[in-house]
Amino acid sequence: MRNSLFQKTLLTVLGWGIALVMFFPIFWMFLTGFKSELDAVSTPPHLFFHPTLQSYVEVQGRANYFRFAMNSVVISVGGTVLALILAIPAAYVMAFFPTSRTRGTLLWMLSTKMLPPVGVLIPIYLLMRSSGLLDTRTGLILVYMLMNLPIVVWMLFTFFKEVPRDILEAGRMDGAGRLGELRHVLLPLSLPGVASTGLLSLILCWNEAFWSLNLTSSNAAPLTAFIASFSSPEGLFFGKLSAASTLAVAPILIFGWLSQRQLVRGLTFGAVK
Amino acid sequence: MSQALSAGAAKQKQTSRNGVTLPLIAPSVLLLLAWSIIPLLMTLWYSFQHYNLVDPTQTGFAGIDNYRYLLTDPDFWTSLINTLILVGGTLVITVCGGTLLAVLYDTEFPGRAIARLLVIAPFFVMPTVAALVWKNLMLHPIYGVVSAAFRAVGLTPVDWFAQFPLLTVVGIVSWEWLPFAVLILLTAVQSLDHEQREAARMDGAGAIASFFYITLPHLRRAIGVVIMIETIFLLTIFAEISVTTAGGPGVASTNLAFLIYARALLQFDVGGGSAGGVIAIVLANIVAFFLVRSIARNLEV
Repeated sequence: MRNSLFQKTLLTVLGWGIALVMFFPIFWMFLTGFKSELDAVSTPPHLFFHPTLQSYVEVQGRANYFRFAMNSVVISVGGTVLALILAIPAAYVMAFFPTSRTRGTLLWMLSTKMLPPVGVLIPIYLLMRSSGLLDTRTGLILVYMLMNLPIVVWMLFTFFKEVPRDILEAGRMDGAGRLGELRHVLLPLSLPGVASTGLLSLILCWNEAFWSLNLTSSNAAPLTAFIASFSSPEGLFFGKLSAASTLAVAPILIFGWLSQRQLVRGLTFGAVK
Repeated sequence: MSQALSAGAAKQKQTSRNGVTLPLIAPSVLLLLAWSIIPLLMTLWYSFQHYNLVDPTQTGFAGIDNYRYLLTDPDFWTSLINTLILVGGTLVITVCGGTLLAVLYDTEFPGRAIARLLVIAPFFVMPTVAALVWKNLMLHPIYGVVSAAFRAVGLTPVDWFAQFPLLTVVGIVSWEWLPFAVLILLTAVQSLDHEQREAARMDGAGAIASFFYITLPHLRRAIGVVIMIETIFLLTIFAEISVTTAGGPGVASTNLAFLIYARALLQFDVGGGSAGGVIAIVLANIVAFFLVRSIARNLEV
């Protein structure tokens, strides 16, 4: 009995200790965002201080934070919505009207995701430059849509597979066409699945930092690129860096926490459930 | 790719349905086909060309010059080794740590749900934020929390990015990817049959024995998936290097991805960068082959 109490205490201390260490950088970033720049670089660091919103105000005023945030929202939502529009009909067909090609098509789609972005950076950069899409929201939206399309198709496919076929067939008896069946029967039934697919795509777009750093400079630069501009520091900037980072991370962190279960399925292409 | 073609050549089960379903699936397939083929062929083409964005005198067929130049460049080999250290080091840390943490967070203790949320949080932090928060708030030699902790126990703070650039990047990347491993492996551990573990305990198996004989074999597939998916992403780590060390000092923390970027977009050498790109694609494909095969085994259509 004593042994098990000891074990339980040890497990609790270990579990919480590791969790706090892992989370500490995020916690510290959150805290530093509310410090004045002088407090932020005090040695030794202060855990207790007089909180101020000064850094948040300065980030907005100096760098026009809002424009970068808008770019992030437009590009992430745009890429996700386009990917969903393309993927929903495709996943529907593959889930309910499989042919001998379906398996091969799904695996091939997956394999396109394996192409390392850096391997095609040069042609994509040159194509974008010659078509005037470099540093535009449209350019990044297109890239993100294509980047996430395989994952989105896969995830929708695994969700659609779970909808009982009888229900769809009953709808067909009532004379619903293919598109009607898709829109009025399947989508309402698998709405949670579609929502978590969209959420995963949003998270991936929002945090994407290869294409966004290489294909944008000022006009279409999203938050990843804005944060990267802090890599060449000038004067005291810990507070501003932390405030800007907190704003950039907070929404996605909350989305991620809410959808962690479904994320496992999406991130492993259904291989781990 | 060949899989799709051979499957496509095979006879279809339901030809009559094809007419109605094809328009629904064709847009996705055609777009992905273009996205995966055109840039690939262009990279291949450029890699055999003399092509410099700011030097118009360099044109024409280069043969294998770009490859020869790249393969005899010590920086390329350094970057290749760095890539392997980055991928290998991160994999060892995240897979071993992730397995142990998955088992830890599978056992019941007070506040477990919240502790889990805290552990997986770093995975949702965008790479540029993760890298800059670590570089400045944590590891800055004067103002960083880690340096303050070193001083508090009487040690001299370390200038991490100057002294151990590559290992420090490995550390930051591991902090981002350990939560991924925990998230996936925890899901897999939870699907383990509890009765089986209970039976093992009845038979007198200790915690360590049941970890090695029951949990670990059960996790084998999931660990394989984690390794392969992480490898795909880790092969082309870019942002973490770009905003912390910019590949330096010298090329001490340059990986293949950063080398290609530097060749192509900083030195404008499209030909040389493309040759590096082809090598990156070949490397990724070796991993991808195993990943696709392992997922295919689990796919029911």
